[in-house]
Amino acid sequence: MPSRLYKPTLIWLQGVTCNGNTHSFLNLPYLPQLLERFEVLYHPLLPCTQSLAETAHCKRGCDVLVFEGAFDPEMERAGTTLKQLVGHYAGEAGHVIAAGSCASFGGIFKASAPNRNSGLAFAGEQPDGPLRGRVGKVINLSGCPVHPEWLGYALMSIADGRPVAVDQLGRPTALYRHMAHDGCLRNEYFEWKVDVEQFGRKEGCLFYEHGCRGPLTHASCNRTLWNGVSSKMRVGTPCFGCTEPDFPRRNLFETKTNMSIPEEVPVGVSKRAYLTMTGIAKSFKIKRLEERLIDDD
Amino acid sequence: MSKAERKENIISTALKLFAEKGFYVTTIPDIAAKVGMSVGNFYNYFSSKDILAKELILYISEYLGKHIREINEGEGSAKDKISAIVTFYFTMATERPEMIEYFLRIYLSNREVFGESCEGMVCVSPFITEMMIFFDDGVAGGELRDQDFFSAFGLFMGYLGGMVFLFGEKILPEPLSHYEASIAENIYRALKTV
Repeated sequence: MPSRLYKPTLIWLQGVTCNGNTHSFLNLPYLPQLLERFEVLYHPLLPCTQSLAETAHCKRGCDVLVFEGAFDPEMERAGTTLKQLVGHYAGEAGHVIAAGSCASFGGIFKASAPNRNSGLAFAGEQPDGPLRGRVGKVINLSGCPVHPEWLGYALMSIADGRPVAVDQLGRPTALYRHMAHDGCLRNEYFEWKVDVEQFGRKEGCLFYEHGCRGPLTHASCNRTLWNGVSSKMRVGTPCFGCTEPDFPRRNLFETKTNMSIPEEVPVGVSKRAYLTMTGIAKSFKIKRLEERLIDDD
Repeated sequence: MSKAERKENIISTALKLFAEKGFYVTTIPDIAAKVGMSVGNFYNYFSSKDILAKELILYISEYLGKHIREINEGEGSAKDKISAIVTFYFTMATERPEMIEYFLRIYLSNREVFGESCEGMVCVSPFITEMMIFFDDGVAGGELRDQDFFSAFGLFMGYLGGMVFLFGEKILPEPLSHYEASIAENIYRALKTV
């Protein structure tokens, strides 16, 4: 383990972004302790030792580059193009982190300008962007925004000198091997095919009619809760699949069906097996699951 | 004769007897006698008439499911597959009428026998699943119109069931095979995209 006295230098650059990942990061409960482990050369909001203008001069390198937002080669920061900035800092850095879905896969900005914007190493599932030839170097922390705990995990691992194992899309397996479905409090409703009556209710599953992507999305939102307490499904909103390369999809509140049969079924299950199971599960009417959990109206 | 063959023999004999005499009139001694075994031995295979009844519907459902799965996994358009399903169903109704008779007259008419542990789709799941796969593939391929599953399923199977019923009642002037092409065409027109 590296000496605690050694602090890796960190630069946080922004591409085409809404600042969502930075704001998410500010909610990390142990942010002060994490920042103690790094020498932050530049961050747009946090205390740092360099200005943006100094950073844009590309006079020195950094150990860790965090990139937020979609990559647009012609976009400038303090007079320097992103192409030059990323080329310089990513070349120098030992670790590159794509923070959020836009930096990972292009996200919403790629969807609006597909010929111009991409992620750092991918556009959707396809290798693309300035680091496409160095896919193994980029840790993709997809999510819209990235979960602060996931970013904390990756940065702490780097600070501790621990390797971060990633999947074929560059996402840390420790965070993205689970499905968002894991840990969902509505799983019993999923098992017995009881759909939710309306958004915001605690009862019912959002998969059948309301577009929930939980069983199709690699994410640990229901294992590591947001702000320590919540997730989309816990407040009655479907998972939008924001960690997957095809995000954002259209009609986020609808489940695409063919003659009432879901077009996509949970990851790892054949459609035939899923339909057999569903048909049988649907045959049971479980009164307990039809009732409100709390009779408050 | 192996135990599996003997079981198969009981199933086909029971199907025929139920179709001829009705479910309630047919007794286990009737079936055992026809198969050529003692009533005591019969109970080694099926411990009650209700259990036999459920096994029969599962047997038919698996038989239907297996053949429709072969059609689903084969080449051809949804239109071709509709023709193949109609042909298969009518061939089965002609060659093994007791199977369809059992489904229509006993399973659908004597729900009290099948209630427990055979609720809803439990005992007909292999067959329903294949029909779901057929419809899903047809819509995903752009050939069939997206609509409610049961509206489409009812149209398809209700039509086939109705024709087999008329055939069984000797009301149809022609054999079932005579109607295959026009029925497949009607079903396709009702299900296809505009």
